[in-house]
Amino acid sequence: MTDTSFTPPGRVPAPRHGSLITLDARTKKRNAAEKRFRMYGIAAIATGLIFLTVLLSAIIANGKGAFQQTFITTQVFFDPAKLDKNGDRNIDDIKKVSTFGYTPLLHNAIFAEVTDRGIETPLTKASEMKALISASAAAQVRDAVIANPDLIGETVEFRILASSRVDGYLKGRVSRESVIRDKSIDAEHLDLTDALADAGVIEKRFNLSFITGADASESRAEQAGMGVSILGSLFMMLVVLVLSLPIGVAASIYLEEFAKQNRWTDLIEVNISNLAAVPSIVFGILGLAVFIQFAHLPQSAPLVGGLVLTLMTLPTIIISTRASLKAVPPSIRDAALGIGASKMQSVVHHVLPLAAPGILTGTIIGLAQALGETAPLLLIGMVGYIASNYPDGIASGFLDPNSAMPAQIYEWAKRADPAYYERAWGGIIILLVVLLSMNLIAIILRRRFERRW
Amino acid sequence: MYDAPKSLETTLDQKTAKITARDVQVHYGDNHAIKDVNVNIEANTVTAFIGPSGCGKSTFLRCINRMNDTIDICRVQGEILLDGEDINDKRVDPVQLRAKVGMVFQKPNPFPKSIYDNIAYGPRIHGLAKNKADLDAIVEKSLRRGAIWEEVKDRLHASGTGLSGGQQQRLCIARAIATEPEVLLMDEPCSALDPIATAQVEELIDELRQQYSVVIVTHSMQQAARVSQRTAFFHLGNLVEFGDTVKIFTNPEDSRTESYITGRIG
Repeated sequence: MTDTSFTPPGRVPAPRHGSLITLDARTKKRNAAEKRFRMYGIAAIATGLIFLTVLLSAIIANGKGAFQQTFITTQVFFDPAKLDKNGDRNIDDIKKVSTFGYTPLLHNAIFAEVTDRGIETPLTKASEMKALISASAAAQVRDAVIANPDLIGETVEFRILASSRVDGYLKGRVSRESVIRDKSIDAEHLDLTDALADAGVIEKRFNLSFITGADASESRAEQAGMGVSILGSLFMMLVVLVLSLPIGVAASIYLEEFAKQNRWTDLIEVNISNLAAVPSIVFGILGLAVFIQFAHLPQSAPLVGGLVLTLMTLPTIIISTRASLKAVPPSIRDAALGIGASKMQSVVHHVLPLAAPGILTGTIIGLAQALGETAPLLLIGMVGYIASNYPDGIASGFLDPNSAMPAQIYEWAKRADPAYYERAWGGIIILLVVLLSMNLIAIILRRRFERRW
Repeated sequence: MYDAPKSLETTLDQKTAKITARDVQVHYGDNHAIKDVNVNIEANTVTAFIGPSGCGKSTFLRCINRMNDTIDICRVQGEILLDGEDINDKRVDPVQLRAKVGMVFQKPNPFPKSIYDNIAYGPRIHGLAKNKADLDAIVEKSLRRGAIWEEVKDRLHASGTGLSGGQQQRLCIARAIATEPEVLLMDEPCSALDPIATAQVEELIDELRQQYSVVIVTHSMQQAARVSQRTAFFHLGNLVEFGDTVKIFTNPEDSRTESYITGRIG
């Protein structure tokens, strides 16, 4: 062996970097740092998940009651002697009988249910049944009679709303301790409720009118629903979509593709970013001053709400649209220009279709943000008591006073009756379902429009 | 500062020139990217622009179809004549110019649409086809001339982005010639391709010379020597030497050209 680098076996020189098997101090430190960072990440995500779980379970636990309502099924006898004294079924005469005329009929009907079943109760008068039924029940049966006067003289089965106290008792909100201080219901009524519930006269059912119904007065929590405010929100969102999408997309295309980079466009860019960070209540007072006090648009109208929310949504849409336009590779623009397409053609034929998924996502996120916005609506008067004002057409949908989902929730949360507290949580569930379905639409649209490269 | 040798001027015969550039200056903001470039590009000739990176050859190429218009800070001065008309004239619409002067880019950039639509887009926006049959004919002719027809004829409605890199580049060349340009500018068309695809594209360039005047920017001196008849050497924004390819590669006049082609600079 002439090789000078040869070392005899057993005398291997120590490698310069140490053994590969044992980790050196630096590597150990590095690995420890990496492990720590991973733990931070997992901890952060776990915290987020815990909060989300708590939030969701709280919402569902508190709000699910609003989707159930206590109803009383009873046979109502429409006494001709009280409803139609002349006996000629003249609709004008029948209409003269107010709900006060129907209330005793309902009391009698329920009292009959009690006595027929032989339920023992210290309550001996039919009028004492008042505490069991909702004040809206009389209106319900009166509407039925006016729609069909032939019912007079008949005995008809009705499912009427129970009072919110009875409802609360069945849901555990009202207890025997709490009724001691309650003027509208007594412990005897609760005994009777138990008995009637056992007999199947009083029962909890799914409450569709919570989703479709209108708001109700403070004393009729059992009747209140989100329907009108859902429509209000819908009309507002139409205004926001119709205004902010074209304006926002046009503005971003101009800024991104056509405008020269100079001091003015820089200024505009900074201002758009700033507008996105302006508190929404500022837009509210701006809307109050400009749209209502200056332009004299109707107060509390979804049109005005939509205009204010458009101002709020525009920066979001512009920023996300510009980002998705920027994300389209410049080589596509070059390709189009290179074969003699005009600027406009390159944008409309090539850039916009590629940016469409991003624009749509941005728009829907902007809309979702606007949908959940409450503060600006407070200032333009869209938090009112709107009972049974279903808009009766497109124009009145935009111009008549209305509420919006978050405003309705806020309104309910303000009210004293704990029954409304439950409804506020229920409203939150509806709002969240609408928002989640909007996000779902965003995801589906994104998938559909996305092009493979 | 370098001045173009007077002898160079005399070799330029303005009459046969398709494109004539006179004293072209390009500024990117404060950066003087192209200085006093004079060049004649002849019809039915392949002209190669060579030079080290950042020497301005691509910038100059982009002046010829005014693609530099899309860069806000870019200013072009001097005169570039296409068939005797100043392309920087205020009355010239760059869209019309680019229909006459097609371009192929360094990175294959097919539209994320079908192969058919990639080719048909240009003829459609320029109104070159009267009906569907016309358009079909144009698409087939262009793909044939782009030497890619055989590979894609069965999947014309598949996405152009699903092709391999070399196929994509030939698709882009076919797209550029579908609008019947008179000049074809190619900005390092083979830099992203493997040797086989490169050979196909080079063969194609040689065929295209029959109908177009082709200007090609390339980093490969072998490529310039293979495909071009005329070669221009750019260095630091100057046109150092311009002449017959054979002469540039065998007997360059300027010492910088010689250093570059022998690999001592660049």
